Amino acid sequence: MRHINRKPDRSTGVFLAALPFVLVVIAYAVGSEMRLSVNPQDKLLPAPSTIWDTAVRLFTQGDRRTGDILLWKDTWASLTRLLGGVGIAAAISLSLGMLIGLFPYARKTFAGFVAVLSMVPPLALLPILFIVFGLGELSKVVLIVIGITPIMTRDLAQRVLDIPHEQIVKAQTLGASSGVIALRVALPQILPRLISNIRLSLGSAWLFLIAAEAVASDVGLGYRIFLVRRYLAMDVILTYVIWITLLAFLIDWALKTLSRKSFPWMEAGL
Amino acid sequence: MSFVSVTDVWQSYGDRSILERVNVEVDEGEFISIVGASGCGKSTFLRMLLAEETPVRGEIRIDGGEPASEPNRERGVVFQRYSVFPHLTVRNNILAGEGFATRWGRLRGAARRAGLERADAMLARIGLNHVADQYPASLSGGMQQRLAIGQAMAAKPRVLLLDEPFGALDPGTRIAMHEFLMELKAETGMTVFMVTHDLEEGFKLGDRVLVFDKPRWDPHDPGAYGATITYDFDARDGGIPFQHLKEAEDV
Ligand SMILES: Nc1ncnc2c1ncn2[C@@H]1O[C@H](COP(=O)(O)OP(=O)(O)OP(=O)(O)O)[C@@H](O)[C@H]1O
Ligand SMILES: [Mg+2]
Repeated sequence: MRHINRKPDRSTGVFLAALPFVLVVIAYAVGSEMRLSVNPQDKLLPAPSTIWDTAVRLFTQGDRRTGDILLWKDTWASLTRLLGGVGIAAAISLSLGMLIGLFPYARKTFAGFVAVLSMVPPLALLPILFIVFGLGELSKVVLIVIGITPIMTRDLAQRVLDIPHEQIVKAQTLGASSGVIALRVALPQILPRLISNIRLSLGSAWLFLIAAEAVASDVGLGYRIFLVRRYLAMDVILTYVIWITLLAFLIDWALKTLSRKSFPWMEAGL
Repeated sequence: MSFVSVTDVWQSYGDRSILERVNVEVDEGEFISIVGASGCGKSTFLRMLLAEETPVRGEIRIDGGEPASEPNRERGVVFQRYSVFPHLTVRNNILAGEGFATRWGRLRGAARRAGLERADAMLARIGLNHVADQYPASLSGGMQQRLAIGQAMAAKPRVLLLDEPFGALDPGTRIAMHEFLMELKAETGMTVFMVTHDLEEGFKLGDRVLVFDKPRWDPHDPGAYGATITYDFDARDGGIPFQHLKEAEDV
């Protein structure tokens, strides 16, 4: 049988899916064990048990002075910035994408502009953002917005253009105005794409967020990681990294579920 | 005064001439089949009837009205594919035939209840009431085309334009669709233009069969001349005209 036609059964599938994770954990444990046996003070690869103890402490114990649990404060601050930025980017790209996709005048006006904007490397703009918007929340949110909006806009506009022309003509023969075509024909068919767009953009959004927090902030997940780097606190850094990964995974999963629940027609086909 | 009048219509893309000197007069309630070689401009002609495109010369009037500049509710259309909205259920696709013309594209309150009743009547008429809550993607090709026709009819157009509506269907389904279309036409008396590649289908359904072809041909420049209507057959009574005249004489 050809290899492309050989499929693992269910239990093999689960085993194979878990394998890379298990291997990484084992490799880490072995490496850590080897280093610690040579030098018990080694900070580079803390023992898994140490990371676990640190994680429990970070999630449950308050700061000595203020009593606040820093990890939750960081999480709250970062998620607010992230979701704020992504939400604004989604709203802008949805409206702009629909305009560009549906209206030839808007297309002529914005399509080239957005294409050029999407070429600007957002991180290079970070200093400008700090100068213009200050070191507060605004500049971080704006960086995320600037970073992901142009590409999302281009993709959404293209998706609107990809709607079969027959459908647009059909809607006109049913008496639909431009607004009704936007609202009842284009928008519902573009929303699932918006969600998958957000899912794809979240990776970049995290990148921009952590970069902005690393440079100037006093709270946030990225800020904390770069702060404790000075003390080589690998156990804290690793806890944060795993926590961020988990958050990203949960957000992605929530969006996927939302998309499946909200757009049953997408899966209506056989 | 005929119902649809096409007067000296020309169409070209760039310097490629597609149609030239197309003249035809159609009475209300006539079923016009359009046949011709692939690429000779049948769909182009239909797009002009639909007012999706405007001819470079000449004009098309419906019931003596001004030539339209964009598609409107006077002209319904069914394409070979993509004629229904994938994100609306079968019932809502029919309802769109009425709702899309409103300000927000949706009927509300009492109008909606009345519209739903009419939509369900239409669904029963086109035999799709058992799948009213499904999405088009889960319907067979024939059911999707029936839905597309029902949706177009729900808007009560004055002229119905069909571009190879049964082109993608198997022969059995086609014949069922012919019967369905003939019933519908007998009921509503609507004027229909249908492009088809199947001559038999054209003669079976049509009152007239228009043949598009190039009357002139430049071997050095195939794009120089466009196609026009070269034959206009009377397809009633199985394509044998004057039968009734003869019978009338005999009596
Ligand atoms: N928008 C357009 N721009 C340029 N050329 C076009 C355009 N639309 C159609 N054509 C050309 O016009 C010619 C006629 O096209 P049309 O689609 O009307 O043919 P048709 O008779 O419907 O063919 P078929 O039977 O294959 O559907 C074709 O050669 C096509 O390439
Ligand atoms: Mg065609």
